[in-house]
Amino acid sequence: MSETSHKPDQMTGAAMIVRALIDHGVKHIFGYPGGAVLPIYDEIFQQDSVEHILVRHEQGAGHAAEGYARSTGKPGVALVTSGPGATNMVTPLTDALMDSIPLVCITGQVPTHLIGNDAFQECDTVGITRPCTKHNWLVRDVNDLAKVLHEAFYVATTGRPGPVVVDVPKDVQFAVGTYHPPRKSDVHISYAPRVKGDANQIRKAVALLASAKRPVIYSGGGVINSGREASKLLRELVEITGFPITSTLMGLGAYPATGKNWLGMLGMHGTYEANMTMHDCDVMLCVGARFDDRITGRTDAFSPGSKKIHIDIDPSSINKNIRVDVPIIGDCGNILGDLLQVFKAEAKKPDVKEWWQQIAKWRGRNSLYYRKNNDIIMPQYAVQRLFELTRGKDTYITTEVGQHQMWAAQFFGFEEPNRWMTSGGLGTMGYGLPCAVGVQVAHPNSLVIDIAGDASVQMTIQEMSTAVQYELPIKIFILNNQYMGMVRQWQQLLHGNRLSHSYTEALPDFVKLAEAYGCVGLQAIKPADLDGAIKEMISVKRPVLFDCRVAALENCFPMIPSGKAHNEMLLPEQATDEATAAAFAGGKALV
Amino acid sequence: MNQPASAYFIEERHDPSETHTLAVLVQNEPGVLARVIGLFSGRGYNIESLTVSETESQKHLSRITIVTTGTPMVIEQIKHQLDRMVPVYRVVDMTQSGRAIERELAMVKVHGVGEHRVEALRLADAFRARVIDATTESFVFEITGNTSKINQFIDLMRPLGLVEVSRTGVAAIGRGPEGM
Repeated sequence: MSETSHKPDQMTGAAMIVRALIDHGVKHIFGYPGGAVLPIYDEIFQQDSVEHILVRHEQGAGHAAEGYARSTGKPGVALVTSGPGATNMVTPLTDALMDSIPLVCITGQVPTHLIGNDAFQECDTVGITRPCTKHNWLVRDVNDLAKVLHEAFYVATTGRPGPVVVDVPKDVQFAVGTYHPPRKSDVHISYAPRVKGDANQIRKAVALLASAKRPVIYSGGGVINSGREASKLLRELVEITGFPITSTLMGLGAYPATGKNWLGMLGMHGTYEANMTMHDCDVMLCVGARFDDRITGRTDAFSPGSKKIHIDIDPSSINKNIRVDVPIIGDCGNILGDLLQVFKAEAKKPDVKEWWQQIAKWRGRNSLYYRKNNDIIMPQYAVQRLFELTRGKDTYITTEVGQHQMWAAQFFGFEEPNRWMTSGGLGTMGYGLPCAVGVQVAHPNSLVIDIAGDASVQMTIQEMSTAVQYELPIKIFILNNQYMGMVRQWQQLLHGNRLSHSYTEALPDFVKLAEAYGCVGLQAIKPADLDGAIKEMISVKRPVLFDCRVAALENCFPMIPSGKAHNEMLLPEQATDEATAAAFAGGKALV
Repeated sequence: MNQPASAYFIEERHDPSETHTLAVLVQNEPGVLARVIGLFSGRGYNIESLTVSETESQKHLSRITIVTTGTPMVIEQIKHQLDRMVPVYRVVDMTQSGRAIERELAMVKVHGVGEHRVEALRLADAFRARVIDATTESFVFEITGNTSKINQFIDLMRPLGLVEVSRTGVAAIGRGPEGM
């Protein structure tokens, strides 16, 4: 923490909150006022260092703060009132916890003497948010407030980043106390995340890497969280080792999609080459990823022949799902730096030519193949066109959750970190639109696109109004198939095609809806119209809702069926009805 | 048609379960016990026994002793999950260190007359349990020892008129001169 030289100062709790935000370099916060935070809003009104963005629902504030954080590397800040304000934050807090996003959420609380009294708009905020935050605090004394606020920022942004909540009763906001700037003693001495990796473990890792015949690097969101330097070092490691690299959904962009060693995303809807490389490798270097169940397939058949090195800042990620041989605890960037140094000094570039020949064969299966159509827009084609037409622009992509999210991950190539915002761990439908709002606030001159689904987008569509109010020209690109596509796909594959409640009978007219909000509404129905409409969307300097009508029953492939391993992927050309039925029937015994 | 299916990979694991005693040193602040217990319930871990008390009042430190069961992988997870909580200073696996002494205290109420009463007293003496309350038809025994000794004593009291038991749960400390 920086030791700035303000003199201790007397002020109200509400003033302290604004002062602390300024001291932590916060420029924007996302929030919604209410009874229990009025003193704070009064302070916000009387200053202009911190700009407040008024959302339309507290969940929107949380996701916007997440987008702000993910795209800048700085903590996102949200301010909401007690009771429903706090409970509406539970989804974004959980989302941020799962995806390790630094979020500082300040909640108002009823006055201390009313706590526990079932007062109006009271809820047990610290109780409710305890399991969905990295840590939380209820501040009962105004003289503790400065310390808690500084610790909150420190805990949110250090170690494995995550969301924190500071619950401030209204009487504490009014009370006058002593403020102090951030200092080391604000933080629990029990909280000391490890940054530097163990030198012996790093040496062991280098020895393994140098002896590899069939290596793979599997990177994740931790590399993004570690900062731009970590991505740079990862690229350098790939360069000097010549190893193939794949990434989780959260890690896209750390290594460029145009890089020659890029295998594409791995996991349930990852590429065939990425999953086969993982399965058959002899040495795996996992950097800042956590062997999530969408990644591993069945764990007892996960990469059976490999020695595994796992770099993670959170010791609890080690040996959670998959036993690893060389765990290295610490910050990805820091460890990659040390590892590179040792590798350069002690190791030679291993010969992996044969391995690349094998990978080329897997690549030849063209696992992202889909049938082109001249009359109907294929969703994959829509994402491809969006990618091509935004190439070279300063673009940020957010998504909702479902098929469109997987297609975006498969077909949109990311060259840089912090350009891809998606709800990976929690899988929150409705994440993308408010997230785009937050990203656009942080990057007012960039092109921010929410690749959305028709079902997801309706969960937080009210944030269109926020975009209009703050003149945020976000683009909401809806792959509209009139279904909850991923739910429908699972119902088709696993539940006898009984499409129970996965079809939306009464979709709004998205173009008119856009106009009602004061946005621009666009629509494309035929493939021939697509490019023109996308170009128009990009050129309009206002928020756009783009209704892209796509093939209704397209499935997302390739896919690892449930209960299967990486080498048992279902590829699109094999996905006839019979083959699909057989692949999934095999998994039945396990469930 | 019955077609069981899942979006998750469901695997049965057959690793044997182990019982471990963990000593957890925490900052004594409001809600800290709720955090620890919430972790166990939230992640589906078992708590066999839990004791907590402030042990260093000047430093505001409390010591929580938890007896838990799980596969070796789960036990490792529990320790890491505890250790990464902000107010947790240290987590020591007393079972793994193999050098720990574990003790528990129980108060055991037995109701009986005649031969049963005499037998209860005789057994209490053998177990070094003390009589801390007595009426003409009942005793309350205080017994200290490891968990299995106490279980054994309670089992013996059952046919002799066991009424109720209050147990403290396990407290543990390492042997030798070093602290945790």
